[in-house]
Amino acid sequence: MPLEQKLKYEAERDVKFANWVTRETGGENLRHCIQCGVCSATCPLSLYMDYTPRRLINLAREGFKKEVLSSLTIWLCASCYACRVECPKKIQVTDIMYLLKRRAIQEGVYPRHFPIPVLAKEFGRMIFLFGRVNETLLVIDLFLRTNWFRFLGMTRLGMNLMRTGRMSFIPEQIKRKRELRKILAALDAEEQKESAL
Amino acid sequence: MKYLYFPGCSLKGTGKAYEESLLAVFGALGVELQELEDWNCCGATAYMSVDETKSYALAGRILALAERERLDVVAPCSACYLVLNKTQKSLQEHPELHRKVTGALQAAGLDYKGTVKVRHPLDVLMNDVGLDAIKQKITSPMAGHKFAPYYGCQIVRPYATFDDQHNPVTMDQILQASGAECVEYPHKTRCCGGSLTGTVPEVGLRLAYILIKEAKQRGAEAIVTVCPLCQFNLDGYQDAIAKKYERVDLPILYFTQILGLALGLPAADLGFKRGIISAEAVLAGR
Repeated sequence: MPLEQKLKYEAERDVKFANWVTRETGGENLRHCIQCGVCSATCPLSLYMDYTPRRLINLAREGFKKEVLSSLTIWLCASCYACRVECPKKIQVTDIMYLLKRRAIQEGVYPRHFPIPVLAKEFGRMIFLFGRVNETLLVIDLFLRTNWFRFLGMTRLGMNLMRTGRMSFIPEQIKRKRELRKILAALDAEEQKESAL
Repeated sequence: MKYLYFPGCSLKGTGKAYEESLLAVFGALGVELQELEDWNCCGATAYMSVDETKSYALAGRILALAERERLDVVAPCSACYLVLNKTQKSLQEHPELHRKVTGALQAAGLDYKGTVKVRHPLDVLMNDVGLDAIKQKITSPMAGHKFAPYYGCQIVRPYATFDDQHNPVTMDQILQASGAECVEYPHKTRCCGGSLTGTVPEVGLRLAYILIKEAKQRGAEAIVTVCPLCQFNLDGYQDAIAKKYERVDLPILYFTQILGLALGLPAADLGFKRGIISAEAVLAGR
Protein backbone atom coordinates (compact mmCIF):
# COMPACT_ATOMS: atom_id res chain seq x y z
CA MET A 1 0.00 0.00 0.00
CA PRO A 2 1.49 3.35 -1.01
CA LEU A 3 1.90 5.75 1.86
CA GLU A 4 -0.07 8.93 1.38
CA GLN A 5 -0.13 12.12 3.31
CA LYS A 6 -3.62 12.41 4.76
CA LEU A 7 -3.37 15.88 6.24
CA LYS A 8 -2.85 19.18 4.53
CA TYR A 9 -0.37 21.67 5.90
CA GLU A 10 -0.84 25.38 5.91
CA ALA A 11 2.52 25.73 4.17
CA GLU A 12 1.11 23.93 1.12
CA ARG A 13 -1.45 26.63 0.47
CA ASP A 14 -1.23 28.80 -2.60
CA VAL A 15 -2.59 32.06 -1.25
CA LYS A 16 -2.29 33.78 -4.62
CA PHE A 17 -4.64 31.22 -6.11
CA ALA A 18 -7.17 31.68 -3.31
CA ASN A 19 -7.09 35.45 -3.84
CA TRP A 20 -7.52 35.00 -7.58
CA VAL A 21 -10.69 32.96 -7.02
CA THR A 22 -12.25 35.74 -4.97
CA ARG A 23 -11.47 38.30 -7.68
CA GLU A 24 -13.24 36.37 -10.45
CA THR A 25 -16.96 36.85 -11.22
CA GLY A 26 -18.91 34.61 -8.89
CA GLY A 27 -16.06 34.08 -6.45
CA GLU A 28 -16.46 37.39 -4.61
CA ASN A 29 -18.03 36.13 -1.40
CA LEU A 30 -16.27 32.76 -1.25
CA ARG A 31 -14.82 33.65 2.13
CA HIS A 32 -18.29 34.01 3.65
CA CYS A 33 -18.75 30.23 3.52
CA ILE A 34 -19.71 28.79 6.92
CA GLN A 35 -19.12 25.19 5.82
CA CYS A 36 -22.69 24.20 6.65
CA GLY A 37 -22.82 21.59 3.89
CA VAL A 38 -26.17 22.52 2.37
CA CYS A 39 -24.48 22.61 -1.06
CA SER A 40 -23.30 19.01 -0.70
CA ALA A 41 -26.68 17.91 0.60
CA THR A 42 -28.65 19.43 -2.29
CA CYS A 43 -26.17 18.43 -5.01
CA PRO A 44 -27.51 15.44 -6.98
CA LEU A 45 -23.97 14.63 -8.10
CA SER A 46 -22.07 14.96 -4.81
CA LEU A 47 -22.08 11.22 -4.21
CA TYR A 48 -19.89 10.77 -7.30
CA MET A 49 -17.46 13.58 -6.55
CA ASP A 50 -13.96 13.15 -5.17
CA TYR A 51 -14.53 16.25 -3.01
CA THR A 52 -18.10 17.22 -2.11
CA PRO A 53 -18.97 20.83 -3.00
CA ARG A 54 -18.51 21.91 0.64
CA ARG A 55 -15.01 20.46 0.73
CA LEU A 56 -14.13 21.87 -2.66
CA ILE A 57 -15.17 25.36 -1.57
CA ASN A 58 -13.01 25.00 1.52
CA LEU A 59 -10.00 23.81 -0.49
CA ALA A 60 -10.44 26.63 -3.00
CA ARG A 61 -10.57 29.40 -0.44
CA GLU A 62 -7.58 27.99 1.42
CA GLY A 63 -5.62 27.85 -1.83
CA PHE A 64 -5.13 24.14 -2.44
CA LYS A 65 -4.84 24.76 -6.13
CA LYS A 66 -3.68 21.37 -7.36
CA GLU A 67 -6.41 19.44 -5.55
CA VAL A 68 -9.12 21.79 -6.75
CA LEU A 69 -8.10 22.08 -10.40
CA SER A 70 -7.48 18.39 -10.94
CA SER A 71 -10.64 17.30 -9.10
CA LEU A 72 -13.48 15.46 -10.80
CA THR A 73 -15.88 17.59 -8.76
CA ILE A 74 -15.70 20.66 -10.98
CA TRP A 75 -16.44 18.55 -14.09
CA LEU A 76 -19.29 16.67 -12.47
CA CYS A 77 -21.16 19.87 -11.69
CA ALA A 78 -24.07 19.87 -14.15
CA SER A 79 -24.90 23.56 -13.48
CA CYS A 80 -28.32 22.85 -11.95
CA TYR A 81 -27.87 25.70 -9.41
CA ALA A 82 -29.55 23.77 -6.57
CA CYS A 83 -26.66 24.63 -4.20
CA ARG A 84 -26.66 28.28 -5.12
CA VAL A 85 -30.36 28.68 -4.42
CA GLU A 86 -30.09 26.99 -1.02
CA CYS A 87 -26.81 28.52 0.17
CA PRO A 88 -27.55 30.62 3.30
CA LYS A 89 -24.53 32.83 2.57
CA LYS A 90 -25.49 33.35 -1.09
CA ILE A 91 -22.25 31.87 -2.40
CA GLN A 92 -22.41 31.38 -6.16
CA VAL A 93 -21.16 27.81 -6.06
CA THR A 94 -22.08 27.07 -9.70
CA ASP A 95 -20.12 30.08 -10.93
CA ILE A 96 -17.16 29.10 -8.76
CA MET A 97 -17.24 25.69 -10.45
CA TYR A 98 -17.23 27.46 -13.83
CA LEU A 99 -14.26 29.68 -13.01
CA LEU A 100 -12.32 26.67 -11.74
CA LYS A 101 -13.16 24.74 -14.92
CA ARG A 102 -11.84 27.61 -17.03
CA ARG A 103 -8.61 27.75 -15.05
CA ALA A 104 -8.18 23.97 -15.25
CA ILE A 105 -8.54 24.08 -19.05
CA GLN A 106 -6.14 27.05 -19.27
CA GLU A 107 -3.52 25.23 -17.24
CA GLY A 108 -4.19 21.90 -18.95
CA VAL A 109 -4.61 20.06 -15.66
CA TYR A 110 -8.08 18.62 -16.09
CA PRO A 111 -8.44 14.83 -15.68
CA ARG A 112 -7.26 13.15 -18.89
CA HIS A 113 -9.73 11.12 -20.94
CA PHE A 114 -12.59 12.69 -19.06
CA PRO A 115 -14.84 13.76 -21.92
CA ILE A 116 -16.43 16.87 -20.38
CA PRO A 117 -13.58 19.36 -20.94
CA VAL A 118 -13.26 18.03 -24.49
CA LEU A 119 -16.98 18.57 -25.03
CA ALA A 120 -16.70 22.14 -23.75
CA LYS A 121 -13.85 22.95 -26.12
CA GLU A 122 -15.45 21.27 -29.14
CA PHE A 123 -18.67 23.11 -28.41
CA GLY A 124 -16.78 26.40 -28.62
CA ARG A 125 -14.97 25.39 -31.80
CA MET A 126 -18.27 24.58 -33.49
CA ILE A 127 -19.73 27.96 -32.57
CA PHE A 128 -16.70 29.72 -34.11
CA LEU A 129 -17.08 27.63 -37.25
CA PHE A 130 -20.83 27.78 -37.86
CA GLY A 131 -22.32 30.16 -35.30
CA ARG A 132 -24.63 27.33 -34.22
CA VAL A 133 -24.17 23.91 -32.71
CA ASN A 134 -25.18 20.72 -34.46
CA GLU A 135 -25.77 18.15 -31.73
CA THR A 136 -25.23 15.14 -34.00
CA LEU A 137 -21.83 16.31 -35.24
CA LEU A 138 -20.82 17.42 -31.74
CA VAL A 139 -21.49 14.00 -30.25
CA ILE A 140 -19.73 12.15 -33.07
CA ASP A 141 -16.72 14.43 -32.77
CA LEU A 142 -16.64 14.00 -29.00
CA PHE A 143 -16.60 10.23 -29.09
CA LEU A 144 -14.05 10.00 -31.86
CA ARG A 145 -11.77 12.10 -29.68
CA THR A 146 -12.36 10.32 -26.40
CA ASN A 147 -13.90 6.89 -26.53
CA TRP A 148 -14.38 4.83 -29.68
CA PHE A 149 -15.84 1.91 -27.80
CA ARG A 150 -18.59 3.86 -26.19
CA PHE A 151 -19.44 5.40 -29.53
CA LEU A 152 -20.07 1.94 -30.97
CA GLY A 153 -22.36 1.19 -28.05
CA MET A 154 -24.49 4.19 -28.97
CA THR A 155 -25.64 2.98 -32.38
CA ARG A 156 -29.07 2.09 -30.98
CA LEU A 157 -29.65 5.66 -29.78
CA GLY A 158 -28.37 6.93 -33.11
CA MET A 159 -30.80 4.72 -35.01
CA ASN A 160 -33.66 5.83 -32.78
CA LEU A 161 -32.84 9.48 -33.41
CA MET A 162 -32.58 8.81 -37.14
CA ARG A 163 -35.96 7.02 -37.17
CA THR A 164 -37.64 9.93 -35.41
CA GLY A 165 -36.02 12.57 -37.63
CA ARG A 166 -34.02 14.17 -34.82
CA MET A 167 -30.59 13.67 -36.28
CA SER A 168 -28.94 15.92 -38.82
CA PHE A 169 -25.51 15.73 -40.38
CA ILE A 170 -25.71 19.10 -42.06
CA PRO A 171 -24.75 21.94 -39.70
CA GLU A 172 -27.05 24.93 -39.53
CA GLN A 173 -25.02 28.06 -40.10
CA ILE A 174 -25.56 31.71 -39.45
CA LYS A 175 -25.34 34.15 -42.36
CA ARG A 176 -23.19 36.84 -40.81
CA LYS A 177 -20.30 34.76 -39.56
CA ARG A 178 -17.98 37.72 -40.07
CA GLU A 179 -19.99 39.74 -37.59
CA LEU A 180 -19.61 37.02 -34.98
CA ARG A 181 -15.88 36.69 -35.65
CA LYS A 182 -15.41 40.44 -35.29
CA ILE A 183 -16.97 40.28 -31.84
CA LEU A 184 -14.71 37.44 -30.76
CA ALA A 185 -11.62 39.05 -32.33
CA ALA A 186 -12.33 42.27 -30.44
CA LEU A 187 -12.30 40.30 -27.20
CA ASP A 188 -9.06 38.55 -28.16
CA ALA A 189 -7.47 41.95 -28.76
CA GLU A 190 -8.76 43.15 -25.39
CA GLU A 191 -7.25 40.16 -23.67
CA GLN A 192 -3.88 40.69 -25.34
CA LYS A 193 -3.89 44.30 -24.23
CA GLU A 194 -4.59 43.18 -20.66
CA SER A 195 -1.88 40.55 -20.54
CA ALA A 196 0.63 43.07 -21.93
CA LEU A 197 -0.02 45.37 -18.95
CA MET B 1 -49.72 39.60 -29.34
CA LYS B 2 -46.35 39.32 -31.01
CA TYR B 3 -42.97 38.11 -29.77
CA LEU B 4 -39.52 37.40 -31.08
CA TYR B 5 -38.74 33.72 -31.09
CA PHE B 6 -35.25 32.52 -30.18
CA PRO B 7 -35.33 28.75 -30.84
CA GLY B 8 -31.72 27.87 -30.02
CA CYS B 9 -29.86 24.92 -31.52
CA SER B 10 -31.80 22.11 -29.80
CA LEU B 11 -35.21 23.12 -31.08
CA LYS B 12 -33.83 22.84 -34.60
CA GLY B 13 -32.22 19.47 -33.83
CA THR B 14 -33.06 16.82 -31.25
CA GLY B 15 -35.84 19.00 -29.81
CA LYS B 16 -37.79 19.51 -33.07
CA ALA B 17 -40.99 18.25 -31.45
CA TYR B 18 -40.82 21.16 -29.00
CA GLU B 19 -40.58 23.68 -31.83
CA GLU B 20 -43.36 22.01 -33.83
CA SER B 21 -45.77 21.86 -30.89
CA LEU B 22 -44.88 25.34 -29.59
CA LEU B 23 -45.49 27.00 -32.95
CA ALA B 24 -48.77 25.10 -33.39
CA VAL B 25 -50.03 25.99 -29.90
CA PHE B 26 -49.04 29.66 -30.05
CA GLY B 27 -50.64 29.87 -33.52
CA ALA B 28 -53.88 28.37 -32.21
CA LEU B 29 -53.92 30.87 -29.34
CA GLY B 30 -53.38 33.79 -31.68
CA VAL B 31 -49.86 34.58 -30.48
CA GLU B 32 -47.48 35.54 -33.25
CA LEU B 33 -43.85 34.39 -33.07
CA GLN B 34 -41.29 35.99 -35.34
CA GLU B 35 -38.03 34.03 -35.50
CA LEU B 36 -35.03 36.18 -34.56
CA GLU B 37 -33.07 36.81 -37.74
CA ASP B 38 -29.59 35.19 -37.96
CA TRP B 39 -29.50 34.10 -34.31
CA ASN B 40 -26.42 32.27 -33.04
CA CYS B 41 -25.85 29.63 -30.37
CA CYS B 42 -26.13 30.97 -26.81
CA GLY B 43 -23.11 28.96 -25.61
CA ALA B 44 -25.28 26.87 -23.24
CA THR B 45 -23.58 25.47 -20.15
CA ALA B 46 -20.57 24.16 -22.07
CA TYR B 47 -18.90 27.28 -23.38
CA MET B 48 -18.95 29.04 -20.00
CA SER B 49 -16.33 26.47 -18.93
CA VAL B 50 -13.99 27.69 -21.64
CA ASP B 51 -14.27 31.46 -21.89
CA GLU B 52 -16.40 33.70 -19.73
CA THR B 53 -16.32 36.96 -21.66
CA LYS B 54 -16.84 35.27 -25.01
CA SER B 55 -19.79 33.32 -23.60
CA TYR B 56 -21.40 36.56 -22.54
CA ALA B 57 -20.59 38.10 -25.92
CA LEU B 58 -22.34 35.23 -27.76
CA ALA B 59 -25.48 35.86 -25.73
CA GLY B 60 -24.83 39.58 -26.14
CA ARG B 61 -25.12 39.31 -29.93
CA ILE B 62 -28.49 37.57 -29.55
CA LEU B 63 -29.72 40.27 -27.17
CA ALA B 64 -28.42 43.05 -29.43
CA LEU B 65 -30.16 41.58 -32.49
CA ALA B 66 -33.35 41.22 -30.45
CA GLU B 67 -33.18 44.78 -29.14
CA ARG B 68 -33.47 46.15 -32.69
CA GLU B 69 -36.89 44.55 -33.05
CA ARG B 70 -38.35 46.09 -29.89
CA LEU B 71 -40.23 42.93 -28.93
CA ASP B 72 -39.96 40.57 -25.96
CA VAL B 73 -37.89 37.46 -26.73
CA VAL B 74 -39.42 34.06 -26.13
CA ALA B 75 -36.73 31.45 -25.32
CA PRO B 76 -38.28 27.97 -24.93
CA CYS B 77 -35.04 26.07 -24.23
CA SER B 78 -34.11 26.14 -20.55
CA ALA B 79 -30.40 26.58 -21.21
CA CYS B 80 -30.99 29.46 -23.64
CA TYR B 81 -33.49 31.02 -21.26
CA LEU B 82 -31.01 30.94 -18.39
CA VAL B 83 -28.03 32.10 -20.45
CA LEU B 84 -29.89 35.15 -21.78
CA ASN B 85 -31.18 36.06 -18.32
CA LYS B 86 -27.82 35.45 -16.72
CA THR B 87 -26.05 37.58 -19.32
CA GLN B 88 -28.37 40.51 -18.70
CA LYS B 89 -27.86 40.23 -14.96
CA SER B 90 -24.09 39.78 -15.09
CA LEU B 91 -23.65 42.73 -17.46
CA GLN B 92 -25.67 44.89 -15.08
CA GLU B 93 -23.71 43.82 -12.02
CA HIS B 94 -20.19 43.84 -13.46
CA PRO B 95 -19.26 47.13 -15.16
CA GLU B 96 -15.94 45.79 -16.46
CA LEU B 97 -17.66 42.85 -18.14
CA HIS B 98 -20.27 45.22 -19.51
CA ARG B 99 -17.58 47.44 -21.01
CA LYS B 100 -15.79 44.52 -22.68
CA VAL B 101 -18.92 42.88 -24.09
CA THR B 102 -20.63 46.01 -25.38
CA GLY B 103 -17.28 47.18 -26.78
CA ALA B 104 -16.86 43.94 -28.73
CA LEU B 105 -20.44 44.15 -29.99
CA GLN B 106 -19.81 47.71 -31.15
CA ALA B 107 -16.73 46.57 -33.05
CA ALA B 108 -19.14 44.48 -35.11
CA GLY B 109 -21.63 47.33 -35.49
CA LEU B 110 -24.05 46.08 -32.83
CA ASP B 111 -25.52 48.04 -30.01
CA TYR B 112 -26.81 46.67 -26.72
CA LYS B 113 -28.53 48.90 -24.19
CA GLY B 114 -30.12 46.28 -21.99
CA THR B 115 -33.78 46.87 -22.71
CA VAL B 116 -34.74 43.39 -23.95
CA LYS B 117 -37.13 41.27 -21.93
CA VAL B 118 -36.47 37.54 -22.03
CA ARG B 119 -39.58 35.42 -21.54
CA HIS B 120 -40.36 31.74 -21.17
CA PRO B 121 -43.35 30.27 -23.06
CA LEU B 122 -44.90 29.31 -19.70
CA ASP B 123 -44.61 32.93 -18.58
CA VAL B 124 -46.25 34.18 -21.80
CA LEU B 125 -49.08 31.64 -21.56
CA MET B 126 -49.80 32.37 -17.90
CA ASN B 127 -49.30 36.12 -17.75
CA ASP B 128 -50.02 37.45 -21.23
CA VAL B 129 -52.49 34.98 -22.75
CA GLY B 130 -54.01 33.97 -19.40
CA LEU B 131 -55.45 30.72 -18.13
CA ASP B 132 -59.03 31.81 -18.78
CA ALA B 133 -58.38 32.54 -22.45
CA ILE B 134 -56.62 29.18 -22.77
CA LYS B 135 -59.49 27.33 -21.08
CA GLN B 136 -61.99 28.91 -23.49
CA LYS B 137 -60.13 27.40 -26.44
CA ILE B 138 -59.90 23.87 -25.06
CA THR B 139 -62.01 21.67 -27.33
CA SER B 140 -60.69 18.16 -26.58
CA PRO B 141 -59.81 18.09 -22.87
CA MET B 142 -57.26 15.52 -21.72
CA ALA B 143 -59.68 14.10 -19.15
CA GLY B 144 -58.53 10.90 -17.47
CA HIS B 145 -54.84 11.45 -18.28
CA LYS B 146 -52.27 11.73 -15.49
CA PHE B 147 -48.90 13.38 -15.96
CA ALA B 148 -45.80 14.16 -13.92
CA PRO B 149 -44.91 17.84 -14.49
CA TYR B 150 -41.13 18.08 -14.72
CA TYR B 151 -39.53 21.55 -14.82
CA GLY B 152 -35.87 20.60 -14.51
CA CYS B 153 -33.39 23.11 -13.24
CA GLN B 154 -32.56 26.12 -15.32
CA ILE B 155 -35.91 27.85 -15.76
CA VAL B 156 -36.50 28.26 -12.02
CA ARG B 157 -32.88 28.39 -10.87
CA PRO B 158 -30.98 30.46 -10.05
CA TYR B 159 -33.43 33.23 -10.92
CA ALA B 160 -37.10 32.87 -10.02
CA THR B 161 -38.45 35.08 -12.78
CA PHE B 162 -42.06 33.95 -13.09
CA ASP B 163 -42.53 30.93 -10.85
CA ASP B 164 -41.53 29.55 -7.46
CA GLN B 165 -38.00 28.12 -7.21
CA HIS B 166 -38.88 25.23 -4.94
CA ASN B 167 -42.34 24.39 -6.09
CA PRO B 168 -43.09 25.81 -9.53
CA VAL B 169 -46.73 25.44 -10.56
CA THR B 170 -47.27 27.20 -13.90
CA MET B 171 -46.96 24.03 -15.98
CA ASP B 172 -49.22 22.16 -13.51
CA GLN B 173 -51.86 24.85 -14.05
CA ILE B 174 -51.60 24.68 -17.83
CA LEU B 175 -51.83 20.88 -17.83
CA GLN B 176 -54.84 21.07 -15.50
CA ALA B 177 -56.43 23.69 -17.76
CA SER B 178 -55.97 21.12 -20.54
CA GLY B 179 -58.17 18.78 -18.52
CA ALA B 180 -55.34 16.50 -17.38
CA GLU B 181 -54.45 15.54 -13.83
CA CYS B 182 -50.96 16.19 -12.38
CA VAL B 183 -49.50 13.68 -9.96
CA GLU B 184 -47.56 14.94 -6.91
CA TYR B 185 -44.02 14.94 -8.23
CA PRO B 186 -41.45 16.00 -5.63
CA HIS B 187 -38.62 15.67 -8.18
CA LYS B 188 -40.11 18.37 -10.40
CA THR B 189 -37.01 20.59 -10.24
CA ARG B 190 -34.35 17.91 -9.74
CA CYS B 191 -31.48 17.87 -12.21
CA CYS B 192 -31.67 15.38 -15.14
CA GLY B 193 -27.89 15.27 -15.40
CA GLY B 194 -27.63 17.69 -18.32
CA SER B 195 -24.82 16.78 -20.66
CA LEU B 196 -23.43 14.23 -18.17
CA THR B 197 -25.86 11.60 -19.47
CA GLY B 198 -23.86 11.56 -22.70
CA THR B 199 -20.39 12.18 -21.31
CA VAL B 200 -20.39 10.18 -18.05
CA PRO B 201 -23.33 7.79 -18.51
CA GLU B 202 -22.68 5.85 -15.29
CA VAL B 203 -23.62 9.05 -13.46
CA GLY B 204 -26.25 10.53 -15.77
CA LEU B 205 -28.28 7.35 -16.25
CA ARG B 206 -28.96 7.05 -12.56
CA LEU B 207 -30.36 10.57 -12.36
CA ALA B 208 -32.64 9.90 -15.32
CA TYR B 209 -33.69 6.55 -13.88
CA ILE B 210 -34.69 8.08 -10.52
CA LEU B 211 -36.82 10.71 -12.26
CA ILE B 212 -38.64 8.20 -14.47
CA LYS B 213 -39.13 5.61 -11.74
CA GLU B 214 -40.61 8.16 -9.35
CA ALA B 215 -43.05 9.44 -12.00
CA LYS B 216 -44.17 5.86 -12.71
CA GLN B 217 -44.63 5.05 -9.05
CA ARG B 218 -46.80 8.12 -8.70
CA GLY B 219 -49.08 6.82 -11.44
CA ALA B 220 -48.09 9.16 -14.26
CA GLU B 221 -48.52 7.86 -17.81
CA ALA B 222 -45.88 10.30 -19.07
CA ILE B 223 -43.43 12.90 -17.85
CA VAL B 224 -44.20 16.31 -19.26
CA THR B 225 -41.28 18.69 -19.54
CA VAL B 226 -40.26 22.17 -20.73
CA CYS B 227 -36.65 21.48 -21.68
CA PRO B 228 -35.20 19.86 -24.81
CA LEU B 229 -32.21 18.41 -22.95
CA CYS B 230 -34.38 16.90 -20.19
CA GLN B 231 -36.62 15.41 -22.87
CA PHE B 232 -33.61 13.99 -24.72
CA ASN B 233 -32.00 12.49 -21.64
CA LEU B 234 -35.18 10.89 -20.31
CA ASP B 235 -36.51 9.71 -23.68
CA GLY B 236 -33.30 8.72 -25.46
CA TYR B 237 -31.60 6.64 -22.79
CA GLN B 238 -34.42 4.32 -21.70
CA ASP B 239 -32.72 1.42 -23.54
CA ALA B 240 -29.57 1.99 -21.51
CA ILE B 241 -31.63 2.35 -18.32
CA ALA B 242 -33.33 -0.98 -19.07
CA LYS B 243 -29.92 -2.64 -19.40
CA LYS B 244 -28.53 -1.16 -16.23
CA TYR B 245 -31.59 -1.00 -13.95
CA GLU B 246 -34.98 -2.10 -15.27
CA ARG B 247 -37.39 -1.50 -18.15
CA VAL B 248 -39.25 1.76 -17.59
CA ASP B 249 -41.02 2.59 -20.88
CA LEU B 250 -42.44 5.98 -19.99
CA PRO B 251 -43.17 8.55 -22.72
CA ILE B 252 -41.49 11.94 -22.23
CA LEU B 253 -43.50 14.78 -23.75
CA TYR B 254 -43.42 18.56 -23.99
CA PHE B 255 -46.16 20.54 -22.25
CA THR B 256 -46.94 22.15 -25.60
CA GLN B 257 -47.77 18.71 -27.04
CA ILE B 258 -50.40 18.08 -24.34
CA LEU B 259 -51.83 21.59 -24.57
CA GLY B 260 -51.92 21.20 -28.37
CA LEU B 261 -54.00 18.03 -28.15
CA ALA B 262 -56.41 19.73 -25.76
CA LEU B 263 -56.73 22.65 -28.18
CA GLY B 264 -57.88 20.12 -30.76
CA LEU B 265 -54.75 20.24 -32.91
CA PRO B 266 -53.90 17.06 -34.83
CA ALA B 267 -51.19 14.91 -33.20
CA ALA B 268 -49.34 14.91 -36.52
CA ASP B 269 -48.70 18.66 -36.14
CA LEU B 270 -47.39 18.33 -32.58
CA GLY B 271 -44.29 16.21 -33.16
CA PHE B 272 -45.58 13.06 -31.44
CA LYS B 273 -43.84 10.83 -33.95
CA ARG B 274 -40.48 12.15 -32.74
CA GLY B 275 -40.63 10.47 -29.35
CA ILE B 276 -38.38 7.43 -29.08
CA ILE B 277 -40.74 6.00 -26.47
CA SER B 278 -44.12 5.91 -28.16
CA ALA B 279 -46.94 7.94 -26.59
CA GLU B 280 -49.76 5.81 -28.04
CA ALA B 281 -51.66 5.59 -24.75
CA VAL B 282 -51.76 9.39 -24.50
CA LEU B 283 -53.04 9.60 -28.07
CA ALA B 284 -55.64 6.80 -27.76
CA GLY B 285 -58.92 7.86 -29.29
CA ARG B 286 -57.45 10.99 -30.88
